[in-house]
Amino acid sequence: MAVIKKFLYVNRKAPHGSIFALESLEVVLIGAAFDQDVALAFIDDGVYQLMRNQDTSGIGTKNFSATYKALGDYDISKIYVEKESLDLRGLSKDNLMPLTWEDEDDDWAEKDSIQVVSSTELAEIIDNQDVIFSF
Amino acid sequence: MTILHIINKSPFEKNSLDTCLRLAKRGSAILLIEDGIYAAQKNTAVGNKLAAAAATHSLYALAPDLDARGIGKDKIIDGISLVDYDGFVQLTTETSGVQSWL
Amino acid sequence: MTIELNGKSYETDEEGYLVNLSDWTDQLAEEMAKADGSELDDPHWEVINFLREYYEEYQIAPAVRVLTKAIGKRMGKEKATSKYLYELFPYGPAKQACKYAGLPKPTGCV
Repeated sequence: MAVIKKFLYVNRKAPHGSIFALESLEVVLIGAAFDQDVALAFIDDGVYQLMRNQDTSGIGTKNFSATYKALGDYDISKIYVEKESLDLRGLSKDNLMPLTWEDEDDDWAEKDSIQVVSSTELAEIIDNQDVIFSF
Repeated sequence: MTILHIINKSPFEKNSLDTCLRLAKRGSAILLIEDGIYAAQKNTAVGNKLAAAAATHSLYALAPDLDARGIGKDKIIDGISLVDYDGFVQLTTETSGVQSWL
Repeated sequence: MTIELNGKSYETDEEGYLVNLSDWTDQLAEEMAKADGSELDDPHWEVINFLREYYEEYQIAPAVRVLTKAIGKRMGKEKATSKYLYELFPYGPAKQACKYAGLPKPTGCV
């Protein structure tokens, strides 16, 4: 039995001005095939990746914001958003897309994936990882 | 004669907006595009900088870039006019030069 | 590469995936299957239609594991096996079915 490691993907860039956000998402989806313990963190401008109502039709790029909603299907249920980053941008959880996962051990109950955490809590989470990918 | 100043970087990641506001002459035009549009949102830690500049400069933001990022038009600081791509081109023809604060 | 159908030609990449998602029609799917020496029946269409709906909603083709789980949830547990899907699409369920569904080749999948 392979050892399950704790993987954290750290996202700190806004979604459409550079390729970081999309590349991170692709790595997350590919990595999900390896059955590891995966969590995502959104910090600084990375919180903008989760904004509701993104519509890229006017700028002619792929609207990959829809893909975050598929993360639950890939058994990714831990999505941490730093509260301090939201506050600085005048945002709250209500401005973010609702992301959910279904808990197999609880009769497939739909549960919230996004957890808004303080810097102190996030520092603890980062400290507990085996592998960290930074985007 | 006046200059069109363009900002395409997030004000939370780069100091392009600060430098632009320091060096753009009174009466010149400032256009926010791409990640620069995050500066146009009300109630952020950088919002009051642009709100103050609205009195001294003509401020614009590129609407398709707001839409792409999910920033509603009702969340924009008063005094910023929204333009589409045609409006963007129009601005470049109305000004004597363009400075992009990359 | 191109696929010729009813006097029109449709552009594909070197592995036969449609370049333009919007070119897709049922008939084109059947044409692609024919070229691979297979025929599309109702069970194939269930999967193809599911893939198209999934892509429409999430902008990605699901990984096989996700596909299997979702098929099972919608169409009954007996279909929630990779064996069932491989019988339908012997070249790899996600890969082959995505091609017929007109979707891009899924990232990192079989």
